[in-house]
Amino acid sequence: MKQIAVISGKGGTGKTVVTGGLAALAKSKIMVDCDVDAADLHLLLHPLVKERHDFRSGQTAVIDKKSCSRCGECLAACRFGAIKTDYRIESFSCEGCALCSYLCPHGAIRMEENVAGEWFISDTRYGPFVHAKLGIAEENSGKLVVKIKQVAKELAEKQALDYMIIDGPPGIGCPVIASLSGVDCVLIVTEPTLSGLHDAKRVMELAKHFNIPAKLVVNKYDLNPSMTERVEEFCLSAGVPVSGKIVFDKTVVKALVEGKTIIEYAQCAAGDELRKIWEILKS
Amino acid sequence: MIISVASGKGGTGKTTVAVNLALSLKNIQLLDCDVEEPNAHLFIGPHIKDKVGASIPVPEVDEAKCTYCGKCRDVCAYHAIAVVPGDSGNKGSVLIFKHLCHGCGACSLLCPRGAIKEVSKEIGIIELGEKDNMQFVQGRLNIGETMSPPLIRQVKNYINPTKTVIIDAPPGTSCPVITAVKGSNFCVLVTEPTPFGLNDLILAVEVLRKLQIPFGVVINRSDIGDGKVEDYCRQGYIPVLMKIPFSREIAVSYSRGTPIVEKDLSYRDKFINLYLGICGAKNEANSRH
Repeated sequence: MKQIAVISGKGGTGKTVVTGGLAALAKSKIMVDCDVDAADLHLLLHPLVKERHDFRSGQTAVIDKKSCSRCGECLAACRFGAIKTDYRIESFSCEGCALCSYLCPHGAIRMEENVAGEWFISDTRYGPFVHAKLGIAEENSGKLVVKIKQVAKELAEKQALDYMIIDGPPGIGCPVIASLSGVDCVLIVTEPTLSGLHDAKRVMELAKHFNIPAKLVVNKYDLNPSMTERVEEFCLSAGVPVSGKIVFDKTVVKALVEGKTIIEYAQCAAGDELRKIWEILKS
Repeated sequence: MIISVASGKGGTGKTTVAVNLALSLKNIQLLDCDVEEPNAHLFIGPHIKDKVGASIPVPEVDEAKCTYCGKCRDVCAYHAIAVVPGDSGNKGSVLIFKHLCHGCGACSLLCPRGAIKEVSKEIGIIELGEKDNMQFVQGRLNIGETMSPPLIRQVKNYINPTKTVIIDAPPGTSCPVITAVKGSNFCVLVTEPTPFGLNDLILAVEVLRKLQIPFGVVINRSDIGDGKVEDYCRQGYIPVLMKIPFSREIAVSYSRGTPIVEKDLSYRDKFINLYLGICGAKNEANSRH
C-alpha cells in the first residue's frame, strides 16, 4: 500500500479540495483526515459512521479543596501557568506532567485521565474513511493523528487496499510530523503568493528532513503568473517536481458549497488538471 | 489592549487582517505567533534588530551520580525517558528522547540523587524589529521541531503593555492556538463563507467561549460561497465586524506581499472602523459579565 499525504505549510491553499479529488479518482483506497483540530474532509465525503471511539490521552490535575493548605508548592513548580492563585486548575493550560501531584505535601492533587476527542471509522461513496474530532481546547492532536493513521493502516492492510490518501494539517509542527510517519510521497499544495512560497519552502525542508519524496501543485496559479514562475524555479532548484498547476476556477467553490468533490460536481478545468496530477502520482 | 487574530481554518486571511489593522493604527506592537509558518514579516518588511534563540529545558543525566533507579522514567508523563538498569559488572544507561520532552522539570526535581540537571535545547528563534513606529516580534520554529507552544509563550513574553498589541495566531483549534490567544482582551475570528469556513468557525467559537475571551467575526471573500456563516453569526449573537469582498486586485496585491491599505487608501478607514468595532464589541461583552 502506498501512503500519499497532502500537506501545504500555509493553510487554505486547497489541501482538502485536492484530497477530495484524489479520493474520487483513486481506486482501492482508504481516506484519512489528519487535520484533527479543524477537520473538513467529511464535508465532502459525507461519512456514514460505523464505529465511534473515545480518544483517551493525557491527564489533567485536579485539586481537592478540602485537603489543600494553599502552601504554594504546586503554584511555584508548575511551568505551564495552569495553577491559578486561587488554587484552581486551568484545565486547558495543564499539560498533564503530574509534577504538582508528586510535590503536594498533603496529597491533595490527583490526576484524571482526559477524553481528548473521538475518532471514527466510516463508509463513504469512495470507500472507507478514518477521521477524528479533537475535543474543544484539548491537546495531543499529534497522538490522535498517530492513532487514526494506525487504525487506517490496519484496515487498509486487512482489505488489501492500494492507497492511503491523507488530508494533512497546516503548519510544520507536531500533527504534521505525526501525519508524515510511514508516508511514501507528500503532495504539497501551494498558491502563487509570497506567503505560499515561503511556507512551501519550509514544508519541502520538512519532507527532506524525514527523507520523504515530495511533489508540488500550484493552486490558483493564474492569480499571479510571475509568482508561479518563482515557485517553479524554487522547486527546480530544490529537486521537487511540479505535478500540476490548477487554474483559479469558481466551480471549486460551487462544488464545495454543494458538498461535492470537483471531480463529481461538473466537468471543469480544475478537475481536469487534478486527473492529470493523479496520473502522475499513480506512476 | 491585546487583540488576537485567529481562525480555525487556515488561509482565511488572519495575516491580512492582523497586518492591515496594525498598519492602520498608531502605537502598535505586532506579534507573529504563527511560529510554524510566520508570514506577517513578508507584508511588513520590518528592520530586524535582534535575534534571540528560544529554547526549552531538557534533562541531562550525570551518570556518576545516577543509580538507574528508574524514578525519572516513572514520573515522566511523556515517556521521554528510558532507563536501562545495570547488572553485575555492566553500567546501566539513561536514554532521553528530547523531542518528546515538554520541559516540565519533574525528572530533575524528583530525582532522589540530584543526578539530573536541565540544559537548554534550542527549538527556534525570536526576531525583534520595527517598521516606522510599529514594534514587531516573531517566532520561527526550527524545521523538524514538534513543540510550538513553548516558542509561542516566549514570543508573548515580549508583549509591551504600553502598546496596542496585535497577535497573529496560527490556524486550528488546539494547543498552539490556545497558547497564542490566551490572555487576549479580544479575539477576531477570520472566516470565509463556505462550508469549510463555517465548520471551522464553529470550532473556534467553542474554543473562545471555553477560554472566556470576547470575540467577533471578519468575513473574508464575503461574496463567494453561501450565506450560512452570516446566519450562524446572527443566530449566535456574534458580531460581524467587517466583510471583505473578493477582488482579484486584493488577491494579487496579497500575492506580492503588498498590504491592501497601501494599495487602496480607503481600506485604512475600513480597518480603523474594524478597530472601533472591536472596542465596542469588547466593552459590550465586558458589561454583560
